[in-house]
Amino acid sequence: MSWADILILVVQCFVITLAVTTGFAYLTLFERRVLARLQNRVGPNRAGPGGFLQPAADAVKLFFKEDIVPAMADKPVYLLAPAMAVIPALIIWAVIPFGCLNIANWDYRACFSASGEGLRNILQIADINVGVLYILAVTSIGVYGITLAGWASNNKYSMLGGIRSSAQLISYELALGCAVLSVVMTYGTLSTREIVYLQGWSNGGIWGIVPQLLGFVLFMIASTAEVVRAPFDLVEAEQELAGGYNTEYGSMKFALFFMAEYIKLIAVSAIAVTFFFGGWRFPGLETLGRGMTELAGPVVGSIVMGIVSLGSFLLKVVIFLFISVWVRASWPRLRYDRLMDLGWKWLLPLGLLNILYTAVVYVLVPSQRLAAFVLLGLGLITLAIAGSFSSAPRPVDNVTYVKEVVRSSTGREERDHELRESAKGI
Amino acid sequence: MLGAYLPILVMFLIAVFIAAFVIIVSSLLGPRRSTVRKLAPYESGMEPIGPAIRRIPVKFYVVAMLFIVFDIEVVFFYPYALVFRDLAGPGLVAMGVFFLVLVVGFVYEWKKGALKWE
Repeated sequence: MSWADILILVVQCFVITLAVTTGFAYLTLFERRVLARLQNRVGPNRAGPGGFLQPAADAVKLFFKEDIVPAMADKPVYLLAPAMAVIPALIIWAVIPFGCLNIANWDYRACFSASGEGLRNILQIADINVGVLYILAVTSIGVYGITLAGWASNNKYSMLGGIRSSAQLISYELALGCAVLSVVMTYGTLSTREIVYLQGWSNGGIWGIVPQLLGFVLFMIASTAEVVRAPFDLVEAEQELAGGYNTEYGSMKFALFFMAEYIKLIAVSAIAVTFFFGGWRFPGLETLGRGMTELAGPVVGSIVMGIVSLGSFLLKVVIFLFISVWVRASWPRLRYDRLMDLGWKWLLPLGLLNILYTAVVYVLVPSQRLAAFVLLGLGLITLAIAGSFSSAPRPVDNVTYVKEVVRSSTGREERDHELRESAKGI
Repeated sequence: MLGAYLPILVMFLIAVFIAAFVIIVSSLLGPRRSTVRKLAPYESGMEPIGPAIRRIPVKFYVVAMLFIVFDIEVVFFYPYALVFRDLAGPGLVAMGVFFLVLVVGFVYEWKKGALKWE
């Protein structure tokens, strides 16, 4: 490895880190604008055209806020915790392929080869052969930052938030592990580059959503809980915990937690795209690369393919982010016991079932593509059955019931008695 | 072989740099006008009562213990996931037995009430 390679590497890492951080800043704006629209408001639109400068204004404000360390806090751990939250969130990005721009010999075809021979893809930082394992490992380290922050603040709200978060994260990590395991079984590899390659229709593959529909649903629920995102954001339930683990944090130290959470959200969306929606690939991309190479030579062909593949990847990620904001606007937060029930009694058994399906179907059905569709059918049936079982009593019904009791009873004492009785049932 | 991991090291160093930079710069730029009340633990405006780090309900420990058991069992599946096509029938039977043990343990803990959260 020459000095030029190392220089390229450092620049590459720096650019991607900055891009991710900027992405985070604009995700906050995107979220506030979309949430505002969904709630029939306008949202931040004063700083710059359409609120474009709002993230910059927020950052400057946070940098100039008073930076305090509470007297009771454990100072080293208190200062270390935000860093421990944000570092894993940033380094997940090392193994995610954003696109394919081959700079080794400007040959676009290396992007579509199984072995990755002669490929020096500048749009993926590290192509390690245990990429999926790395993703799992790094996402689980993130829990330390939150737990330590809760503990080190020496505040009751923070402590409760920290404990809740560790219990929540480890519960959903199992479901996440099961979902990812069935993905690994489908592709038979732990390398993220190969996973993207194996989803190409032209080389006998298919997007991961088809064989792993059930896995995808489990992954989406578990990863939303894993990045403590609404409706699973009990860790920071403002109404009951005054902010949770980050109650005692202010200025940029608070922003680092915020940043970690949002960068992880973008990262799990990117991982979902890589595992289930073909990563940067889309039908016709190879034809485009060939056409451009014939038309304008290999360098232009590679660059065009790099840009288009990056664009397709980003578009898919943005769709996921929009869905995440939409979910946040639509569903109320879960109750804690329901959260634990969902993780242990629904997602974990379904995850185990999915592993069983995947193993049995791929062993018994010789054709990969046929197996994929068999798994799709099994996934649909399982989801339908699970959905029909999970009919929790809705709070709305209870309210209607109370209203009916109030309306039907005439005497005040009688009404009060009935209300009390019905309240016991709720 | 280890060369493939060099980019991750670089990425890690940059992440550490950014985190340290942000924490240090914000502590330099912000004003410092601390008072005793400002530095006291936040308790919705009340005087803090007792220490914050106290005993926590045992069910959190139970969750942690169950997690370790199941996580290790899931990790055992990963090597199998990579080679299960080559192992075919015999591998499926062998892992099926392991899977059965796992499910029996899960049903036991469910029936025992370890997953109940009240």
